Amino acid sequence: MMWQVFTREIHLALRKGAEIVNPLWFFLIVITLFPLGIGPEPQLLARIAPGVVWVAALLAALLGMERLFRDDWQDGSLEQLMLLPLPLPAVVLAKVTAHWVVTGLPLIVLSPLAAMLLGLDIHTWWVMALTLTLGTPTLSFLGAVGVGLTVGLRRGGVLLSLLVLPLTIPLLIFATAAMDAASMALPVEGYMAILGAFLAASATLCPFATAAALRISIQ
Amino acid sequence: MLDVLNLACVRDERVLFRGLTFSLNPGEIFQIAGVNGAGKTSLLRILCGLATPEAGEVKWQGEIIKRARDSFHQQLLWLGHQPGIKAVLTADENLRFFHADSLLKTRWEALAAIGLLGYEDVPVGQLSAGQQRRVALARLWLSAAKLWILDEPFTALDPAGIEKLTCRLEAHAAQGGSVLLTTHQPLRPVNCAFRKLTLPEGVVS
Repeated sequence: MMWQVFTREIHLALRKGAEIVNPLWFFLIVITLFPLGIGPEPQLLARIAPGVVWVAALLAALLGMERLFRDDWQDGSLEQLMLLPLPLPAVVLAKVTAHWVVTGLPLIVLSPLAAMLLGLDIHTWWVMALTLTLGTPTLSFLGAVGVGLTVGLRRGGVLLSLLVLPLTIPLLIFATAAMDAASMALPVEGYMAILGAFLAASATLCPFATAAALRISIQ
Repeated sequence: MLDVLNLACVRDERVLFRGLTFSLNPGEIFQIAGVNGAGKTSLLRILCGLATPEAGEVKWQGEIIKRARDSFHQQLLWLGHQPGIKAVLTADENLRFFHADSLLKTRWEALAAIGLLGYEDVPVGQLSAGQQRRVALARLWLSAAKLWILDEPFTALDPAGIEKLTCRLEAHAAQGGSVLLTTHQPLRPVNCAFRKLTLPEGVVS
């Protein structure tokens, strides 16, 4: 049953291509514009690259976040999903995973291109891809709680960013610190462990929080 | 099957109904009537477990529905105002999600039964409002659930569609299932057990 929810979500996302491409496009544009805006000096670019990549990834994730439950809420599918003979946290887990596959995974695929545009070396790119692999699912899980709480509201977008962005600050700090360390050839295992811990905590707790939030929103 | 005890619902500090007690028997069609805003949809959503009542409880086979969600949901089919079908998926894909164990043939037969023969592979978004409604209603031909809770199932249907649906509801009741529905269209006399609850008085007749 979880697999069906997952495949249906992927299916739906592929039918509505624009919604997936938009955040990716945004991510790429931000990264391309920075070198144009501040000049192509390699040292300067390498210095700001972690911040640029992660802020762009964060905002791109936020851009596509609302579609997680909004459409389902509008056409009544959310009620049907809540009444499946499957615990709601499991439904949420399947939906968030599918959401990450269409929004987070492409960012990792695009990361070599981003690294090239910002003049990063192979090692820093590798660490960047790792931070994105651990960080983007965390973003999706945290975002799901926010979307669950704001889904019934008319203009939930601003509120959503207010709710979700503060929670993502630790992620931003540790991910960029890991990339800084990598560019100075320092060990990054500690940072990765913390990012992994964030992911483990959000993946286990957020589905339950989201399920509770949805039950409140749907009242 | 479904027991309702002393249910009360409050919306925006207005009491919609209180002290509502009734039970639904197998093989019965149960209509909930009342003027607009009497709380019909609110009542149905409480009975599904989507909304929480102000007071009282709903029991499915003796168990409070919140405690027995999985077994209750297995036996429940809910169709609300929004039919819960995806506009970008085809009619067949929509049905396949909800009834994954059904065969292609039975799904197409269900669509044919509701008058959508030839529209199986058309994205639902391209169909008319009445046809979209029918895609959701086709689930009634596939479902093995005992309890159907339908909010205004006859909306946007033509007379022939209403007749087909009424026959389907009767067949379901004859098989020992039960149907809870709201409707503004007058329901024709049905050949099975039929009761009507009028809100907000809460009188069962």
